[in-house]
Amino acid sequence: MSGYSANPRIRWTEWLPWVAAGAFFFVLPEYLSLGARILIYILFALSLDLILGYAGIITLGHSAFFGLGAYTAGALGAHTAVTDPLVQLAAAATLSALLGAATGAVILRTRALTLLMLTLAITAILLEIANKWTSMTGGADGLSGVKVGELLGWFRFDLYGKTAFLYCLVALFVGWWVVRRIIYSPYGAMLTGIRENTARMHAIGAPVYWRLVMIYTISATMAGIAGALLTQVNQFVGLNVLGLEPSGDVLVMLILGGVGRLYGAFVGPVAYLIAQDYLAKQYPEYWYFGIGVLLIIVVLFARGGILGILDVFTRNKKAV
Amino acid sequence: MYSLETKKLCKSFGALTVADNIDFRLEPGARHALIGPNGAGKTTFVNMLMGALAPSSGQILLGGDEITHTGQSSRVRRGLGRTFQITTLFRSLPVLDNVALAVAERSGLATRLWRPASAHKEVIEESQDLLAGLGLADDAQARVADLPYGKQRLVEIAIALGLRPKVLLLDEPAAGVPSHETEKILSNLEKLPPDIAILIIEHDMDLVFRFAHRITVLVQGVVLMEGTPEEIARDKRVHDVYLGEAHA
Repeated sequence: MSGYSANPRIRWTEWLPWVAAGAFFFVLPEYLSLGARILIYILFALSLDLILGYAGIITLGHSAFFGLGAYTAGALGAHTAVTDPLVQLAAAATLSALLGAATGAVILRTRALTLLMLTLAITAILLEIANKWTSMTGGADGLSGVKVGELLGWFRFDLYGKTAFLYCLVALFVGWWVVRRIIYSPYGAMLTGIRENTARMHAIGAPVYWRLVMIYTISATMAGIAGALLTQVNQFVGLNVLGLEPSGDVLVMLILGGVGRLYGAFVGPVAYLIAQDYLAKQYPEYWYFGIGVLLIIVVLFARGGILGILDVFTRNKKAV
Repeated sequence: MYSLETKKLCKSFGALTVADNIDFRLEPGARHALIGPNGAGKTTFVNMLMGALAPSSGQILLGGDEITHTGQSSRVRRGLGRTFQITTLFRSLPVLDNVALAVAERSGLATRLWRPASAHKEVIEESQDLLAGLGLADDAQARVADLPYGKQRLVEIAIALGLRPKVLLLDEPAAGVPSHETEKILSNLEKLPPDIAILIIEHDMDLVFRFAHRITVLVQGVVLMEGTPEEIARDKRVHDVYLGEAHA
């Protein structure tokens, strides 16, 4: 619940994800690489929630920005001497923002199914470029040997993934803070208005198209940062960051957690990636089946996602 | 100078002409009604004024400036407000937010990214004042969808007033409202600021004759006549095409 009637104060429950992440760091040190992956996908899902959950832009192409960010960091680390992680991150953010603004300006004049197909087309084109441009991207083999220097010239990315985990945690915290500010701002309230009733927004004089291009660009920037983090943590980037599959994955994560409610983007990737990690060990060939069943259950019985289930128990309180 | 003016405004869909050389003038501070039987082209006319529909030919002027090819949102920013025949609201949002979104757009605060919306006291206070003026002060925190229909119609008006329009188009403000609540709508319309030029499109003849100082009759895309309510009520042709039918 955001907008002019909302209380923007941070509630104590909103600190729980950070407490949980801190506890994870100390209690489960052998799972830190999974933990870092979860944090990255939370940031990715958060960026998707901004356009899908708040502005109502339906997309199957959000991996375009994630992938561009991932390959930007990868290409810098593998082909150039730019190994400073924050510089790589800034470069990835800039290119993703440019791609978001450019493609958004073209496709956001359309809506619904046309828009969905165009978003899919853009990430499919990028996937094909990454596939063919082997000298830059490594093609189907992926790009290995991505060099990532010390963070702030001080913290090495260690074998156990401690630095990587904390690095992703800080990045996610900043991302969460920014998204939260946006959602509670007049701009966020205005986005909700566009999602609720576009005709009415036109009639109160809002240049809807430009507003959508703006949020699409912000979201693309965040997705690009998430992609760059993934490359830096793995010191590798492959074709699986582009195309329909990662777009669909992050969409499923967000739906699992709950769309348009900020913390759905936290709960979804946790449930998805832990289920994936467990199922892939138990049934290496059929793990997607388990995810499918999970999605069907959520869509049939919990339309608001996992957080929607919690609402049932706190019916009288405002949604988290 | 007129608040709103059209010159030879035409609109055809293929062979069907729905607006035929409409010359229309709205004086500053006017209380003007547009009436006509079903299919007379009233809604088409309003849609052309608002920029939702492009005219085939002719001109539209707002306060003397040509706006014929200006986009919808920029017409609103130049002072042209409207309400919808079918309630067009942010149904799942609180009543206050419905109005505050309009106030924020008008005052140029809608793109602020950082300070919480609820900390923009000036927007909230103005919205609350508008709601209070329409007798909706107690409903500010209710979801619009939970309001009775008559009150939803008033929220439409509150949103339009939040834009501080110079010209306000009221598209059947009493449509769908039970007759015993029409009185409440009318009394609120009569309280609207006198400096706003108002064009009302309405089927309820009692409301039209009590509210409007001038009336334009539109029949099959053509202006049949324009005059004071007395002149319209006396006119034989109007009786034949419109009032005769409506009062039969």
